[in-house]
Amino acid sequence: MSTAPRLTALDALHRSLGATMTDFAGWDMPLRYASERDEHNAVRTRAGLFDLSHMGEITVTGPQAAAFLSYALVGNIATVGEGRARYTMIVAQDGGILDDLIVYRLADTEFMVVANAGNAQLVLDTLTARVGGFDAEVRDDRDAYALLAVQGPDSPAVLKSVTDADLDGLKYYAGLPGTVAGVPALIARTGYTGEDGFELFVAPEHAEQLWKALTEAGAPYDLIPCGLSCRDTLRLEAGMPLYGHELTTALTPFDAGLGRVVKFEKEGDFVGREALSAAAERAEAAPPRKLVGLIAEGRRVPRAGYPVVAGGKVVGEVTSGAPSPTLGKPIAMAYVDAAHAAPGTEGVGVDIRGTHEPYEVVALPFYKRRK
Amino acid sequence: MSNPQQLRYSKEHEWLSALEDGVATVGITEFAANALGDVVFAQLPEVGDTVTAGETCGELESTKSVSDLYSPVTGEVTAANQDVVDDPSLVNSAPFEGGWLFKVRVAEEPDDLLSADEYTAFSGN
Repeated sequence: MSTAPRLTALDALHRSLGATMTDFAGWDMPLRYASERDEHNAVRTRAGLFDLSHMGEITVTGPQAAAFLSYALVGNIATVGEGRARYTMIVAQDGGILDDLIVYRLADTEFMVVANAGNAQLVLDTLTARVGGFDAEVRDDRDAYALLAVQGPDSPAVLKSVTDADLDGLKYYAGLPGTVAGVPALIARTGYTGEDGFELFVAPEHAEQLWKALTEAGAPYDLIPCGLSCRDTLRLEAGMPLYGHELTTALTPFDAGLGRVVKFEKEGDFVGREALSAAAERAEAAPPRKLVGLIAEGRRVPRAGYPVVAGGKVVGEVTSGAPSPTLGKPIAMAYVDAAHAAPGTEGVGVDIRGTHEPYEVVALPFYKRRK
Repeated sequence: MSNPQQLRYSKEHEWLSALEDGVATVGITEFAANALGDVVFAQLPEVGDTVTAGETCGELESTKSVSDLYSPVTGEVTAANQDVVDDPSLVNSAPFEGGWLFKVRVAEEPDDLLSADEYTAFSGN
């Protein structure tokens, strides 16, 4: 079956900017506008503007919305304060990760769940299937929002020039409704780049006006439009997992080194509790492969699926790899046997199309911004 | 984007200069360089290697992917561009000039090399 790709509200704008487009989870998205390295560096040093309208928004409302989400997800959503956001996951009954999510508490009884584009339908279907018995409603709001992100150290200055919202009072992982460039928006201090930045959820019909206003406001800061290619190298440097690479249905949050997102102490049962308890015990008794960082000594780039080798044996697998513009060397995230996972472990390499290239094992992240 | 008239082109998006004492210079086209994205690693054939028309003779690695480098002609490699090995971004910034890849003493040419106009029509650029 083939279907036409979905287009964001900014599609014509991207094409007028000369973007190279790519299929991403059924969406035609900007991969890059000119050089992905320049875009990456703009976000690290100044500011970049992204169209992330492919992300999936699901609204959950009702008196038991909080209790329902605490049941359906692994996090303790009931403790998220109004105006705050939380990183969490949705797992299958067997503990396998279905998606990683950001949940915003917009009001006491209203939440917005943001899912990855490729998993949005599954998350929607799963939440809908799990809501029975709760006084809550799950609503597909994927078409209700366009999502723009301004990321980078100058992003607060850029945004301040087009909004009266109290950005200084807006903490990391918080969101508030406001007006940006005359457009009603949910302003969230979140992102996926390792930098300070904002994500702006707006009605699709307002997306172009907002994009143009942000481009203009960002001009003094040399803000440039950025595509998904640099978003991937930015998140990789920041050690952030990507669904389908570091996170899959074959892994529980404990296998992915993200067991901290599972809140066993929360009130009531939740989907996956039994399997996740067992996974937590297993992880304690026999540590699973550990997610580590690898830095190349040479210039060849490791790719997802390449074997990690030591002493002539396969000891792990690369999940994401790319040349790092910030480090100036190829880097990778990889799941590696515990015996070879300690930072500084000698003799670790990656099999790059038949050649064993030497790599340094490091702790994640590769890059941390100065606060 | 314009493809220099004095060059000939392969359907694998390499360009080939006119012969000078039997030796031609090979690179990839601007169209190919743009499609690859930022080139970060180049593995070129070595001096003395024999390359064969239409067969792989190296690798170009960009941020997102690895692409095989094909030779547009058959012959012996007489030079590899060390500047590109040291700074692969030359392939993007000057694909028809400083970003050339290797020189080859041509023994045999395939008969399907394209003129600039034919390549422009073929690649749509």
